[in-house]
Amino acid sequence: MEDYLRYIPHTEEDCREMLETVGVRKVEDLFEIIPMECRLSKPLNLPHPLSEPDLIRHLQGLQSPVFSSFMGAGAYHHFIPAVVSALTSRSEFYTAYTPYQPEISQGTLQAIFEYQTLICQLTGMEVSNASLYDGASGLAEAVLMAQRITKRKKILLSQTIHPEYRKVIQTYIDPDQQELVLIPYKKEEGRTDEKALFNLLDGEVSAVVIQSPNFFGVIEDLHPIGERVHEAGGILIVGFTEAIAYGILNSPGAMGADIVAGEGQSLGIPVSYGGPYLGIFATREKFVRNMPGRLVGETVDLEGKRGFVLTLATREQHIRRERATSNICTNEGLCALMATVFLSCLGKEGLKELAMMNLSKTEYTKRAVSQISGCHLTFSSPTFNEFVLEMEEKPEKVLEMLRRERMIGGLPLEKFYPELHHHLLITVTEMMRKEEIDRWAEVLEKA
Amino acid sequence: MTNIKDTGLIQDELLIFEQGGKGRRGYSLPQWDVEEVETRTVIPPDLLRKDLEGFPQLSEIDVVRHFTRLSQWNYGVDSGLYPLGSCTMKYNPKVNEEIARMAGFANIHPYYPEDLSQGILKLMYELESFLAEITGMDHVTLQPAAGAHGELTGMMMIKACLQARGEKRRKVLVPDTAHGTNCSTSAVASYQMVGIKSNERGVIGPEQVAGQMDEEVAAIMVTNPNTLGLFEEHLSEIAEIVHRKGGFVYCDGANLNALMGIVKLGNLGVDVVHINLHKTFSTPHGGGGPGAGPVAIKNELAPYLPIPVIERVGEAYRLNDDRPQSIGKVKAFYGNFGVLLKAYVYILSMGAEGLRRASEMAVLNANYLMRRLKEHYYLPYDRPCMHECVFTDQFQEKHHVSTLDIAKRLIDYGFHPPTIYFPLVVKGALMMEPTETESKESLDRFIETMIAIAEEAEQNPDLLRQAPQKVKVRRLDEVLAARKPKLRWNAPSPHPSLHRGEE
Repeated sequence: MEDYLRYIPHTEEDCREMLETVGVRKVEDLFEIIPMECRLSKPLNLPHPLSEPDLIRHLQGLQSPVFSSFMGAGAYHHFIPAVVSALTSRSEFYTAYTPYQPEISQGTLQAIFEYQTLICQLTGMEVSNASLYDGASGLAEAVLMAQRITKRKKILLSQTIHPEYRKVIQTYIDPDQQELVLIPYKKEEGRTDEKALFNLLDGEVSAVVIQSPNFFGVIEDLHPIGERVHEAGGILIVGFTEAIAYGILNSPGAMGADIVAGEGQSLGIPVSYGGPYLGIFATREKFVRNMPGRLVGETVDLEGKRGFVLTLATREQHIRRERATSNICTNEGLCALMATVFLSCLGKEGLKELAMMNLSKTEYTKRAVSQISGCHLTFSSPTFNEFVLEMEEKPEKVLEMLRRERMIGGLPLEKFYPELHHHLLITVTEMMRKEEIDRWAEVLEKA
Repeated sequence: MTNIKDTGLIQDELLIFEQGGKGRRGYSLPQWDVEEVETRTVIPPDLLRKDLEGFPQLSEIDVVRHFTRLSQWNYGVDSGLYPLGSCTMKYNPKVNEEIARMAGFANIHPYYPEDLSQGILKLMYELESFLAEITGMDHVTLQPAAGAHGELTGMMMIKACLQARGEKRRKVLVPDTAHGTNCSTSAVASYQMVGIKSNERGVIGPEQVAGQMDEEVAAIMVTNPNTLGLFEEHLSEIAEIVHRKGGFVYCDGANLNALMGIVKLGNLGVDVVHINLHKTFSTPHGGGGPGAGPVAIKNELAPYLPIPVIERVGEAYRLNDDRPQSIGKVKAFYGNFGVLLKAYVYILSMGAEGLRRASEMAVLNANYLMRRLKEHYYLPYDRPCMHECVFTDQFQEKHHVSTLDIAKRLIDYGFHPPTIYFPLVVKGALMMEPTETESKESLDRFIETMIAIAEEAEQNPDLLRQAPQKVKVRRLDEVLAARKPKLRWNAPSPHPSLHRGEE
């Protein structure tokens, strides 16, 4: 008996009966419609099939060792309550597909409606879609959407946006139709230089894109920016990588954002070597028909009972084909469900308290390291749970020392910002214990 | 608000925002071991929010009961046959889920040092080589998050290659049997779409392509097998026509489940193919994602692969992003690793024989279904199919019963309906893809149900028009939903609901 047969139920008897019904003698005859010269004559070159216990053993051997980590930069180690995995592991959720048949998909549909509501509350916006692939591609979709609205060419992109997100935007735009202009950051503050921004702002600008908290962990001040962008007839797009920050920070919507597009991984989704994550995407009601992605709406059934359906599909690829707002045809459904369960557990008080704990531990860490000689905080602006630390030497040595204690000490920034060659981006979430932070500071002092 | 009804086990369930009460909590945080900062001393007050207005306040059991009930209103592959054509709703092995949750994968940061992630990089490198072998291509990128994302990535690589050749082409040929995403992908990649009509056999003829092909055409986007479940038998010839004028052949690999170990698309002249891991390679659909849409390409396009590229140097693996001709990145980091991992495990569990057997049984199941139903439902292309078959409602039309009614009646019998009204080339399509993981008994039950529904359509058509009845909600008013969009919950005003317990 071959191991792979555990997923294929056909017995020899079944096959014989079925082939007879179809009217062919053997399985190969089913493929006679394929020209002979196209068919393979020898088996694929793949490893021999493994049984379940052998698979587990093999995969255990490929795992990475789990060190405690001061790395964030778009992927955050937060605690995930057991409830999140228990509920999203229900196979009624994860083995279903896009809710095309609403009568037997009310679970998925109501959960997405709740997700859309939570995202509106968190971001201060009026409409959220059912999610996009991730924060980076979502931000790129926001840029394309702004161009659909304004029909303008120029996009001003803050240099404090996650460098990989900027790269994705660059890939998505058509250089014949759009032009990207980088807004520098203030070297002392680590914040977008608003003077430079205002100088660049003219009637050609489609969108201004700012991330807050930005890649350096710095909280941007959007107040003066929103108004000026609107005066110039542009769209303000606000991105983020750390959604937990909005447990205490004023929402982008309250500060003038027209489109909010960020990463929702922090909301109950494991870091999992970079994906799958959750592209949060929200906007104003007046822009809903320009928005990409799936939407769930409330309606009634023929007995007047409340129910939920996919709606405003006329924007989408399967109806509009080449005139669609984007080619996206699903969302990150299960990740959106994880976020919905996570936020439901934490609720109003929990999300705030979690954000407070991240902030407090980061402030504690900042105080501890800024007392070490030769180390100092690069930027003076307020931060949430990440900050940039500058040291006299290249950070590789201290990182190596920390690794011997099974710690990942932070992310060297030189690769992303060549001018920050002695700098580490350090992230402190609620998962870091005080003794780990203290130990980290001790090693730094010795280095 | 009273909510007492004799709904049996299909209980009504309020929205999370309509439940709970002030002060209820469903979480616990790590111990406070540092001093809590006074927020206003570190962040200016105008950057802080006052309140998370509207956020729920629930205890853990409230949350558990809520989402458990919601799940009970859903239908998944684990609930039963899910013959949604073009979506390959095959069984999702449980061990794959367990492995994806192992701490040494789930808790690993994407910027982890390379020397500590050798196993992960090896896994991705091997998955790329498996997919290249299965499709007969030279290189693979794992970065795209979904099929449509893969299409876009593939078209961008083609565009970059043409640009490097100093060519600027405007058009993309898309047959009428292609997926809807193919059209919108061409548009997003700034190409003008030119339609190609399929012939009377339901496939594209070389003469149709030759008639449209010129030096302005960047690529043809074909789906093989196509959306009628038919093998594009002239693909090699079509590829030659396209190549002769300097164009590329893009293949939508959504239907690869019919071909594993039987045909390599690369041998048919295909230059780019995307693969839906959530279809062919058993990773769950998740209620609509996350999926993964790796793209396999021929050597000529290799310089344009998204960065980083995984390389093997001796026994070590590394990520290389120093590739000046690359199209860049289509998403942050390296792809949906948690999904890639499950596809890798699936391929290892099946091996070459298992994958071939999967394709064979998928094709056998579809042909069996087609043969047994064709007296009862109109089959527009009556010839052997691959992994799926397309019927229409033509026989039932005279009883004023439509494809939608047939689909909804299936729900009353406990089945997920097939894909309906797609592909657009036939009117009132019912597109059925049983996949190889359905047993003969399961297919027989479905077939008998479909036959019973065909009889009901003649004798008691109202049963179909009124369907579904045995569900949580009856047919929903989609017109109302679109005309007066209600896309989020709003607190009832002026008097807040008693159930919310808010001040």
